[in-house]
Amino acid sequence: MTTASTTISARMADLIGAKNVIADPASLGPYEIGNNVPSVAARPESAEQVAEIVRFAAAEKQAIVPCGARTKLAMGAPPARYDIALDMTGLHRIVAYDPGDMTLSVEAGIPLRNIEAALLDQRQFLPLAVPFAEHATASGTIASGVDSPLRQFYGTARDFVLGIEFVTGHGTAAKSGGRVVKNVSGYDLHKLMIGALGTLGVLTKINFRTFPLPAATRAVAATFDDAAHAIDLRHAIARSPLRPLAVEILSPSAGAMLVGHDLPASRGWFVIVSFAGTAAVLDRCARDLRQMAEQHAATSVAPLAEGQILAAPRRVAKFIPMALAASPAATILKLSVVPTGIRAILDTAAKTADAAQLSWAALARGVGVVYFALLPAERTEDSLARVTRAVREIFARFAAAAGNATIPWCPPEWKAALPIWGPARADLAHMRALKNVFDPHGILAPGRFIGGI
Amino acid sequence: MASTTIDPRLLRDLQKLLGRDGVLHKPEALLLYEYDGSVETAKPDCVVFPRTTEDVAGIVRLAKQHRVPLVGRGAGTGLSGGAIARNGGIVTSFARMNRILEVDAENQRARVQPGVVNSDLSLAVEHFGLHFAPDPSSQKACTIGGNVSENSGGPHTLAYGVTTNHVLALEVVLPSGEVAHFGSGAVDPAGYDLTGLFVGSEGTFGLVTEITVKLTRLPEATKTLLAIYDSVDDATETVVEITARGITPAACEMMDGWTIRAVEDYVHAGFPLDCAAVLLIEVDGLCEAAEYEAGEVADVCRAHRAREVRLAKDARERDLLWKGRKNAFGAVGRLSPTYYTQDGVIPRTKLPATLRRVSEIGAKYGFSIGNIFHAGDGNLHPIILFDARDPEQLRKAVAASDEIIQFCIEVGGSITGEHGVGMEKDRLMPLLFSEADLDLMRRVRDVFNPEGLLNPAKVLPGPKGCGEIHVRPATEPTPASTGPASA
Repeated sequence: MTTASTTISARMADLIGAKNVIADPASLGPYEIGNNVPSVAARPESAEQVAEIVRFAAAEKQAIVPCGARTKLAMGAPPARYDIALDMTGLHRIVAYDPGDMTLSVEAGIPLRNIEAALLDQRQFLPLAVPFAEHATASGTIASGVDSPLRQFYGTARDFVLGIEFVTGHGTAAKSGGRVVKNVSGYDLHKLMIGALGTLGVLTKINFRTFPLPAATRAVAATFDDAAHAIDLRHAIARSPLRPLAVEILSPSAGAMLVGHDLPASRGWFVIVSFAGTAAVLDRCARDLRQMAEQHAATSVAPLAEGQILAAPRRVAKFIPMALAASPAATILKLSVVPTGIRAILDTAAKTADAAQLSWAALARGVGVVYFALLPAERTEDSLARVTRAVREIFARFAAAAGNATIPWCPPEWKAALPIWGPARADLAHMRALKNVFDPHGILAPGRFIGGI
Repeated sequence: MASTTIDPRLLRDLQKLLGRDGVLHKPEALLLYEYDGSVETAKPDCVVFPRTTEDVAGIVRLAKQHRVPLVGRGAGTGLSGGAIARNGGIVTSFARMNRILEVDAENQRARVQPGVVNSDLSLAVEHFGLHFAPDPSSQKACTIGGNVSENSGGPHTLAYGVTTNHVLALEVVLPSGEVAHFGSGAVDPAGYDLTGLFVGSEGTFGLVTEITVKLTRLPEATKTLLAIYDSVDDATETVVEITARGITPAACEMMDGWTIRAVEDYVHAGFPLDCAAVLLIEVDGLCEAAEYEAGEVADVCRAHRAREVRLAKDARERDLLWKGRKNAFGAVGRLSPTYYTQDGVIPRTKLPATLRRVSEIGAKYGFSIGNIFHAGDGNLHPIILFDARDPEQLRKAVAASDEIIQFCIEVGGSITGEHGVGMEKDRLMPLLFSEADLDLMRRVRDVFNPEGLLNPAKVLPGPKGCGEIHVRPATEPTPASTGPASA
């Protein structure tokens, strides 16, 4: 341990107590991000302690990376500097839950599963069927901006986060929004925090709108010989009066990853559609869906066993961890397009990957988000060269499609070589200016975000 | 404060840019632009009518060059003074930028200019089975640019969300003259959510010149119910119970007896004159879903002693019920020289207690206070009737209104649900936000609007008088009831 890190850990212990400070290098491994290990990990237990740590870090120019359950630290770029891991799991209480108002206020580091348990008692839930949901915290989920199959119906966090309290890079506690479902008081600063990877503020409290848990859900899987027909079913659903909770298109290999005993084995493409409602509503949805699927040359249409409410979207949410586990060098592209663009982008990506002799798996959400996983057999220079060529080709085609392309996941040592934030953006200067307002000393997750922010 | 004569050099430059018919500057021509739907007024130096984004950029550059304040304006139906030139200067009307640029039905998107009237967009896409979901009561007049600036709501926000949930991308002219593009037609653009930050910034960050919105599929079936009560408490408790049963109605509106009598006299919607309150509840979706939920809602209403539950038989009956609701403010406006509408929000479960408190506050100051509001999301619009020509009444009206807002905040609510802060509630912001919060908001605004020339003296309280609720000095403009009624 260096003298500098000894000093930092001693100061940290003064601020929040020695029991909440980890300085032993042997114990800091779990906080590693892309081969960078912090000198100390601090686990504050209150928003006040968070503010004190950030003030200290601001004064000493120490770089902080906030984390929750550390399930998504591999997203974004590794930090340019990394002195203090700010472990937010010590802030784990439900601050207020008003089932009648359908609002929930939680400390940032609370695990999603604890929220789920508390809400289940009142037959409510948060529509966050996100990857790693079984371990993830509220703040990690919000700060990483991961999405959920349920966005088809419920939208994303930006649609149901009502307000956020955070600590800026000055160490100042601030907030925006509130705890009521409708509110236009002040600027929506909290929207900036969603997906910002902690570069604008350390989240300390998050207020959510909660939703009634559907009384019953049902999922139907249709299989197709090709992507085009699967995507056509998505378009047919969009033109219909059905209001599915989720519409997910899986490539054959993605289907194979997620296949359970109940999912029919198929070499084709899957479309998995989830519905909620009464028995009469579910019957109608299943009937209409079957008809539409058959009109679009489905090779099979079958209900999925729903042991639990929302089982199917929750299973599909595991695509990301499964794809990451499927290759030593999994590189997952996130490509968003208008829905009619799904076909062309999937086609381009698949052809490019095939030409580069890279295995791949794809998941396309009906709203127009495609996760395309390149799955090299090895993590070698040759794999990187092939992935780089494929990515550049996909992104180049993409520039014309007026969509958004990023690489949320890839091996850490590949991050510098790959365009992980996609094509250059004209609005980057404004983002930098905002970063400078929230974090003028550049101590909050420096370098983790787009454009080196 | 506000000068009423325009610098002739600026006038010449504006006329050169926009043509003579693109600039209004004679005092009589400016009268219409002194007010919006709120109680505030202020005189602009001139009103300009750009036709293109380049025109807007030119106007912004001239304002910067001449150091004159600049305010954007849609239809002027706003309820918080957002479109009023508080410090004088140039009002930029988007009345001539009113084209729907593109409808992409397959992707459920539309690209529009800011001056497009809200309901015109829904009408234009109706034949595709689509609509633009945010539906402020002023939707036949208000513009989408105004909706974006104010993050407008409406009766159907409970299930469908407010404007920000339906905006994907913006083209904005910043006070620097830069034309910036935020967001994209595809979801999830990389980087910070600048679109989300801009929507609801009340025209203080930039002038929006183009908007990409989501379009929503029209429901297969809609059921509209009117539940009639002899007690306000029974009505409010119904609202709490409906959501507790897991039903999210498309709309859930309440009017108290006092308001109903004013409305019925004017609209003849068939509301009973002797009741204490009505709930207007709408459920929609698949036929099977709407049928089931309408039955559930009717059960809850009866269980809470609704004396009658009516189901609109057809579109005509439904439209009549909604006409009664959407014209309520206009109806009330006939009863008094002046009225003042609040926009406080409370947690829905606090509705019964809040309405009792509002009634006590009315009694204390000797006012009739009508209640009409979006009950489902706890967004109140108490209406205080008074005569602003009487300074004592004006003082009392402001005091009563502040007490109501104070109560909303005490029970965990907010000062504004959908009307915006504007120039009316900026003084109340310190009740919700700390000096640190406000300072951060100010510095975020300064990123885009560093010289404060764009829509000055709005949203954030000025440097003086923070945390203080004060009565407007008598020399300031008095509230007027002539503005377009809307909520």
